[in-house]
Amino acid sequence: MSAYVNKSAAAPDAEIPISMPTVRMTDLRARGEPFTWALGGALALGCLMIISFLLMVFWNGVTTFVPKDVAVVTSADGTVTAGEPSRTELYKVQPEILQTLKPEVQQAIKDNDGFASRTLYRTGNYDIYNEDFRWVSDYEVAKTEMPADILFAERVEWGPLIARLKSMNIDGQQIEPVDIGNAAFREAHTAARDRRARIAQIEKDDIGRINHKLEELRLDVRRAELKSGRDSPAHVAAQRELEERSKALEVEYKVLADEAARLRDINSRNTATFVEIGGREKQMAMDAIVRIYAANNLDLVDNIGIYISRWWEFVSDEPREANTEGGILPAIFGTAAMTLLMVIAVAPFGVITALYLREYAKQGRLVAFVRISVNNLAGVPSIVYGVFGLGFFAYVLGGSIDQLFYPERLPNPTFGTGGLLWASLTLALLTVPVVIVATEEALAAVPRSMREGSLACGASKWQTIKYIVLPRALPGIMTGIILAMARGAGEVAPLMLVGVVKLAPELPIDGFFPFVHLERSFMHLGFHIFDVGFQSRNSEAGKPMVFVTTMLLIGLIFIMNITAIMVRNKLKRKFKGSQF
Amino acid sequence: MNMDVQTLTFDDTIYHVKKGGQGTVLEINTLNLWYGAAQALHGVTMPIEKGLVTALIGPSGCGKSTLLRCINRMNDLVDGLKITGEMKLQGENIYARGADVIALRKRMGMVFQKPNPFPMSIFENVIYPLRVDGVTDKTILEETVERALKGSALWNEVKDRLQDSALGLSGGQQQRLCIARAIAGDPEVLLMDEPCSALDPIATAKIEDLINELTGHYTIVIVTHNMQQAARVSDNTAFMYLGRLIEYGDTETIFQTPKSPRTQDYVTGRFG
Ligand SMILES: Nc1ncnc2c1ncn2[C@@H]1O[C@H](COP(=O)(O)OP(=O)(O)OP(=O)(O)O)[C@@H](O)[C@H]1O
Ligand SMILES: [Mg+2]
Repeated sequence: MSAYVNKSAAAPDAEIPISMPTVRMTDLRARGEPFTWALGGALALGCLMIISFLLMVFWNGVTTFVPKDVAVVTSADGTVTAGEPSRTELYKVQPEILQTLKPEVQQAIKDNDGFASRTLYRTGNYDIYNEDFRWVSDYEVAKTEMPADILFAERVEWGPLIARLKSMNIDGQQIEPVDIGNAAFREAHTAARDRRARIAQIEKDDIGRINHKLEELRLDVRRAELKSGRDSPAHVAAQRELEERSKALEVEYKVLADEAARLRDINSRNTATFVEIGGREKQMAMDAIVRIYAANNLDLVDNIGIYISRWWEFVSDEPREANTEGGILPAIFGTAAMTLLMVIAVAPFGVITALYLREYAKQGRLVAFVRISVNNLAGVPSIVYGVFGLGFFAYVLGGSIDQLFYPERLPNPTFGTGGLLWASLTLALLTVPVVIVATEEALAAVPRSMREGSLACGASKWQTIKYIVLPRALPGIMTGIILAMARGAGEVAPLMLVGVVKLAPELPIDGFFPFVHLERSFMHLGFHIFDVGFQSRNSEAGKPMVFVTTMLLIGLIFIMNITAIMVRNKLKRKFKGSQF
Repeated sequence: MNMDVQTLTFDDTIYHVKKGGQGTVLEINTLNLWYGAAQALHGVTMPIEKGLVTALIGPSGCGKSTLLRCINRMNDLVDGLKITGEMKLQGENIYARGADVIALRKRMGMVFQKPNPFPMSIFENVIYPLRVDGVTDKTILEETVERALKGSALWNEVKDRLQDSALGLSGGQQQRLCIARAIAGDPEVLLMDEPCSALDPIATAKIEDLINELTGHYTIVIVTHNMQQAARVSDNTAFMYLGRLIEYGDTETIFQTPKSPRTQDYVTGRFG
């Protein structure tokens, strides 16, 4: 008989054989610890990469506006260089240069495999030197000083000025020597800056308003001509109106223009004369100086003051100097406005599409095909959307809108070219698959029992969707919208075709009717980064701005996402406990 | 019972129905139902007495829920469903071409196996059937809430927190809330699919008391796996087996002297 004994066959009091338990082994692979370690390691690596990326951007962004010292370097051959040390590197010395050097220097370089160290100084004074940066090799340096009287000035053009102040000329009155801490200098500078701000205000706001009115009148004439025909009574009346009103407006314009000219004249007579380190003089109007400080003579309070004032300028002002200086307010504004508009467009469109696909369409081959196509849309390169946006939205749709509603402005396009609206719609199209997929999943996740409960109460399908399904699916839908927003806010390539520009003269929202100008081109932080970093006069000068702008873009996306996530969590909390 | 299913033979249904005196509210005539190719109901004929409690019993998978969900056409949501035969509510054919499903469902209430309160306040849950009808009159809504919650024996527990989320209630309270919701629209028929299966004995007892109280006011059809419960609460009991109605009659007879040997086997616990 076999080792197994039938229990019932044995006598009731017989010994029941006990089967020997075999020891079952669990080896390391089965336990899965190595696997866990691999997963954890991959996660750690991913986190490390993201954190180091963020840290780099953050560090560079945060330190950009810290005022730096200005070193004055005297070379062995007597040339003097003054500038902010920007970075140091090793380089291979050219043989022909090597021969001209002193023997001990040659020996030192040879010992170092032919490499020498050099430092890049930001010398500024582009108008005098024709360059912003200069390399100085360490072996050339005879002495380095940090003089307390050397000044660093940010100007409205030509980049920074690094020089000493010689004199100040106010209404033909020469005042010297002066020092920038001097009350007279401070006062004159502030007054000049105020006048400059006033001129800008007159030209932009007041004269802008007059021009706007004139343009309106001209458009009225054209409209009347298009509507009632040339020389028709309406056309003639409009022309007369234009003539009369424009006379009054011209008078107003004259007053303002005179005021601006007067202020400009005063400003041109308030100048300061600087001497750069090599002894050349530079006289410039005081109002062209944005900010001036003695770089090597700052205490902590000065440093903090300059740092804050630079940040404030950055987030609240318009760019200057081909975007490498000044602020980026229009870009922040444009990015936020475009993303918001995109969300407004993509949310209802995506949700309605998903609702139809999931709730109403008969689930068959056609719907499956549509679903696959939608998912594939997410993989189309974004520039393709840009081409579509330009071709369809701007030229076809916008062109028709111009024909219908703005014929008086043709051939100048109104909606028939890239602009905020078309850019938002293009991005909405780009991100709609994300919303559709997320919404479909959220709808599918609404428990069947909820729908049945509602239907059993006599609710129609639409009522069930409206009262029960949509509210339940809302957090999931929000997740989709958040993802779409994050994708859309960071997209640049398609925007370059449909409305983003390097410098937008006007914000899309202003004081003129209808206040929101969706047809206007706009600035965008992502494009700004590209433009400043790689398209400007010298990319070295733009580099710090790249980091600050990147930091700001990340910050903006972060803030928008956090807001959306908070809204979602609030909704989620409402439904908590519905699972049991 | 290890009979081969294929060789089973079925006699006609045995009827000994107790009359309620108010006539029948629902008439089911030779109802056949297929889920795709699989037939789930075979020629079920079953009149349901007005004002009485009718229990549906039978082993798991015999088609009790299917039959119950046919009554308010909840099965319409299932793809590939096919139905023949007829079902009449007060003489009106539920499955007639062009029948208004929504109007039909408004005449019935349904309580599900798992409590399914909506993620809204208690108040909103109860008045959901009225909201759906577009009722906005506050006094009507408030009266309805009080009547329905009293009817489902929940009023005293929640009257001070009607605006709180319904999801904060216990399982038993949630189920009674669902009953309140089901009776808020004053249905002619109340359908209950194992309403106590997710509840503890005390909550179950409460709901059973409630069903007893509702007898006479409403016609109730209840599916249950619990023999004692069926015996306690129902006037008539239908025993189903493999999609067929085997025996349908007054509860006492079904549980004490069933006429069909299959019913006998089931109620005495020999299978199922
Ligand atoms: N949606 C469906 N699609 C296909 N088959 C189904 C569906 N619902 C139920 N069935 C089948 O129909 C038969 C009857 O199911 P039903 O749910 O009515 O049983 P039941 O009597 O309620 O069982 P239980 O007591 O376990 O709830 C079962 O064989 C089941 O597999
Ligand atoms: Mg069931």
